[in-house]
Amino acid sequence: MTESAPLSLTLRSNAEALASPLPPLLAEAEHLASTVLVGDHGRRRAGLGDTFWQYRPAQDHDEVRSIDWRRSARSDDTFVQDKEWQIAQSVSLWVDQSASMSFTSSKELPSKAHRARTLALASAILLLRGGERVGLPGLPPRRGSAHVDRMAQLLSEDDAADYGAPDAREMAAHSRALFISDFLGDIDATEAALTAAADKGVQGAMLQVLDPTEEAFPFDGRTIFESMSGSLRHETLKAGDLKQRYLDRLAERKDRLSQLARLTGWQFHSHHTGDSAASALMWIFGALERRT
Amino acid sequence: MMTLGPLGFTAPWLLLGLIALPILWLILRAVPPAPIRRRFPGVALLLGLTDEDTQSDRTPWWLLLLRMLAVAAIIGGFAGPLLNPQTERTGTGPLLIVADGTWADARDWAARRDRIEALLTEAGRMGRTTALVALTDLPPEGPVFQGADATALQIPAFAPAAWEPQPTELADWSDGLEGSFDTFWLSDGLARDSRTALLAELESHGTVTVFQSPRQTLALRPAQFDGGDITISAVRTPIGPEIEVTVAAIGLDPAGIERQLETMPITFEAGSEIGEAVFDLPPELRNRITRFELSGQRSAGAVTLTDDALKRREVALIDGGAEREGLELLAPTHYLEQALSPVADLIDGTISDVLLANPDVIILADVATLAEGEAEDVQDWVEAGGLLLRFAGQRLASSDMGRAEEDPLMPVRLRAGGRAVGGAMSWGEPKALAEFDENSPFFGLSVPEEVTVSSQVVAQPDPTLAERVIAQLSDGTPLVTRKPLGEGQVVLFHVTANAEWSTLPLSGLFVQMLERLAVSTRPMAPTAEDLAGTTWVPEDVLDAYGRLERTDTLPGVTGEQLATAWPGPGMPPGLYAGEDRRIAVNLIGAETTLAPAAWPARIAIEGMAALREIDLKGWLLGGALLMLMVDILAALALSGKLRGPRADVAAGVLILLFALPQPGWTQQSNSAADDDFAIAATSQVILAHVLTGDPQVDEIAQAGLRGLSNTLFARTSIEPGAPMGVDIETDELAFFPFLYWPVTASQNIPSRDAYAKLNRYLRSGGMILFDTRDADLAGFGSASPEGRMLQALARPLDIPPIAPIPEDHVLTRTFYLLQDFPGRYNSRDIWVEAAPVDAELADGMPFRNLNDGVTPVVIGGNDWASAWAVDGLGNPLLPVGRGMAGERQREIANRFGVNLIMHVLTGNYKSDQVHVPALLERLGQ
Repeated sequence: MTESAPLSLTLRSNAEALASPLPPLLAEAEHLASTVLVGDHGRRRAGLGDTFWQYRPAQDHDEVRSIDWRRSARSDDTFVQDKEWQIAQSVSLWVDQSASMSFTSSKELPSKAHRARTLALASAILLLRGGERVGLPGLPPRRGSAHVDRMAQLLSEDDAADYGAPDAREMAAHSRALFISDFLGDIDATEAALTAAADKGVQGAMLQVLDPTEEAFPFDGRTIFESMSGSLRHETLKAGDLKQRYLDRLAERKDRLSQLARLTGWQFHSHHTGDSAASALMWIFGALERRT
Repeated sequence: MMTLGPLGFTAPWLLLGLIALPILWLILRAVPPAPIRRRFPGVALLLGLTDEDTQSDRTPWWLLLLRMLAVAAIIGGFAGPLLNPQTERTGTGPLLIVADGTWADARDWAARRDRIEALLTEAGRMGRTTALVALTDLPPEGPVFQGADATALQIPAFAPAAWEPQPTELADWSDGLEGSFDTFWLSDGLARDSRTALLAELESHGTVTVFQSPRQTLALRPAQFDGGDITISAVRTPIGPEIEVTVAAIGLDPAGIERQLETMPITFEAGSEIGEAVFDLPPELRNRITRFELSGQRSAGAVTLTDDALKRREVALIDGGAEREGLELLAPTHYLEQALSPVADLIDGTISDVLLANPDVIILADVATLAEGEAEDVQDWVEAGGLLLRFAGQRLASSDMGRAEEDPLMPVRLRAGGRAVGGAMSWGEPKALAEFDENSPFFGLSVPEEVTVSSQVVAQPDPTLAERVIAQLSDGTPLVTRKPLGEGQVVLFHVTANAEWSTLPLSGLFVQMLERLAVSTRPMAPTAEDLAGTTWVPEDVLDAYGRLERTDTLPGVTGEQLATAWPGPGMPPGLYAGEDRRIAVNLIGAETTLAPAAWPARIAIEGMAALREIDLKGWLLGGALLMLMVDILAALALSGKLRGPRADVAAGVLILLFALPQPGWTQQSNSAADDDFAIAATSQVILAHVLTGDPQVDEIAQAGLRGLSNTLFARTSIEPGAPMGVDIETDELAFFPFLYWPVTASQNIPSRDAYAKLNRYLRSGGMILFDTRDADLAGFGSASPEGRMLQALARPLDIPPIAPIPEDHVLTRTFYLLQDFPGRYNSRDIWVEAAPVDAELADGMPFRNLNDGVTPVVIGGNDWASAWAVDGLGNPLLPVGRGMAGERQREIANRFGVNLIMHVLTGNYKSDQVHVPALLERLGQ
């Protein structure tokens, strides 16, 4: 399922780019979303909904038309079908649009931003298909597939800043949230947003998208490292010597994020652009599904 | 021009640039590589990290060294280096080039010619006139100096001679030299007495330069005959460490082809000049030897010819067959054996056996009559040049042989009985021998007084008697008579060969007489007196390279010359034929020794090898360029820029630079291919067909087996893999249970090895289906070219008796019940291994009890492969028959294929069904 994804992805995205005003991102996201089959979020109790939950003996207050005659015919009692209670959730997405996300180490790999947007949009499509309301910063949560176009447009915008940080102000209380970023910028801003969200009772998931080179640091020799916008720079004479210390710092950053997530009841996962997008999507769904 | 050993520089001043290298070292070392800029989002994490090593990154020493070497190579390259720079020889005026041109030069004559050519080219550049002279082939007049180009024209015809310079001629020639000229003398490296005089003479005309290269020269002395062995010795110069060379005895084999009859090593001890080898050969082989050669030495000195001197006469001794055991001294042949065995090879046996060996002499001691056929054979042999020597005795005396008329194998008629003188019952004294007559071959031998004759056979006084007597008694009675017969002769001693009738065999005269009769003579080296007045014609002549060439255009030489003179232009070494024998003239005498030529210190000696000037500039500059390339890669790698596609390119370049051709590659791939073949053939059941070389037939065979494999796969538990074509010459057959062999008229008969392999295959249980594919045209047999080819193919095969397939053959029921075995044609002529004659019909069974053995061959002509053949999609490839009947025939053909493979793989198991009644009966108990 995932093996053939990149090829058909490009094929289809090209076709879609010609055929529709939707950005290719949307097509890709839809394709990615189609790899996951989801239903409505069952509440695991009887209530309003479409899905069968259980049979129960008919009570006085039950209307006659709600009696399940097929089941009742098998015994002397009359039974009523209970449906599972289903409610819609609102999910706020935040995708880092900053310059650092536009990094890619090779032509074969998608940029981090592309992967983050694809994943966000695919989750949004899936959530919408599941009947949830999905929102972005600057776009209140709504239902309906028409909403996807709007989100796709918003997600395609770039931010000039080097590193981005999530914003918890617009989130509704007790909603769910999904943060996708490389989380390489100032950790304090992220921490503040996460704490604010947790204060509002918002639960969710943080997905860190990294390029493989950011994990491997395969550099050597005299090098000047620059941030994507060029505002930050660091010169070294022997890049190879820095490798271990850089990796330590990266591990420390991940450790900090997962610790934060633990404290606030969020989920944290690190994803590499070299890996398959579908696995990240599965994780997102696992994370959002949990304790819902 | 500056020279350092073999190196010279045309622009040595540029080498001063090498002084700058240390400075360059310091500069390069101080400058670190330029930084790279990288966009990297993770820089936020790097902020604040400092380098552990605050010093600037230095260029590593090996990279510096590489760069230094590159720069040094460039400097050296531009300084114009030359390997073996040729120093210009200066000189003016005429130039005489003298070469010894002896046999010792022959081994590396090509090098000498190259050297002469180089010298002439050089002389031509300087505008000198030149002349070229070989000392063994002196021009009648003095040297003619001409342009170097003109002299160079002589080079192709300039060849060494198989002899040494003749001192007298050399002196004459050098006396006639005039004018002043320089001399280049190409020496053969051997000491020679004539050198000093010639050198002095040449030096009086100008400077002399000698070209000579030190090397080992070997020569072979004439073979010495010593008892039964041949001793051959070789000499060498200079005397060096221990070496071993091989000497080969060469002669005609019985088929008349010249070949090495025997080889022996000759070992020169360290410090020893002479090495020896001893050949101990059977006489037959020894008589065949025509010459000895030192293997690998191409010169006339390394060859020594043998003449008749090496041959021992073969003498057949036949006595009267008396079985007088224990009386050895009385045996008729005892004294003959004693006299002849040291000098001749004796042959025992019956007349008919002995004649096959074609001896030189047959001695009949007291043999009266020969069998009818034998007498004629002996006569033929004598007429062809044999010497028949007879001795008288009791038997001869009492026989009627040669009484009434002369026997062809007797020189005279004999009177009955013979006579006895001086015995107890007779008067008179035993007779002594008379002095030998002038015409007798024994003339000159002194007659000892003690030789007496007491009995003898007596010749009839015939008109021819007088001329046939070659020895007589003091009273004039013939003692030895002789008559010519054809080219040979018959000699009769009128006494016995033992001491019974006379004391002659006890005396030294007997041996001398035998020698004179050429019974026992081994030809001795002829003396000058022997040779005086004779003329000898060269038959085979040696050239300087040691090749023996037949000649018939050279003039003969006189015997005196032959005995005394050394080989020279008038008498090249070789074989010289006289009237009745041949004499070898060898270059190296029995006492010849070799010594290296010594030259006075004032003479400049140069090596023989003409060194070529090699310009190293290109190599050095190329090397520098290569090093700079490597430097680029190394610099990239060091600064971390060598990753991604660049690294691939760099790796490619490095592989191209350093990958050397692997000599073992082909062999490895060969054995790997063998392994692949074996694995492919054995991992599944594979049906195989023999590749005939006819692509169409091979293709159909392949398709046919593919179809059969498909059928088997679909219908039976046999699941064959894709069929293979096998080359019976190269491929291993043991892997295949079954071979389909379509016979074409044009295919090659397999080699012996292939037949060995095929027979091994058949013996170890393989089956071959021969298909002549001609059943439509011919019945089985030799009526078609394929049939004849099949016969030719199958003749060396180890095939049991075959018979037309019987109706109850197990092939009819191994899987399907069949009575016909059609392919594309439907002929009943199928042949399989014949059933044993004792096969009997079991009770109540439809077939005979034939439960042993799978037939190793099935032979037919029904073109089964065409019926089985399918294309890649499984559709039949070729039409069979017509309509539905044809399809039915194809089906039966497929069934035959199934039965056949079942038969191959399960053997006779279906035959065992004949035992079922017996088994059931036993189970019932």
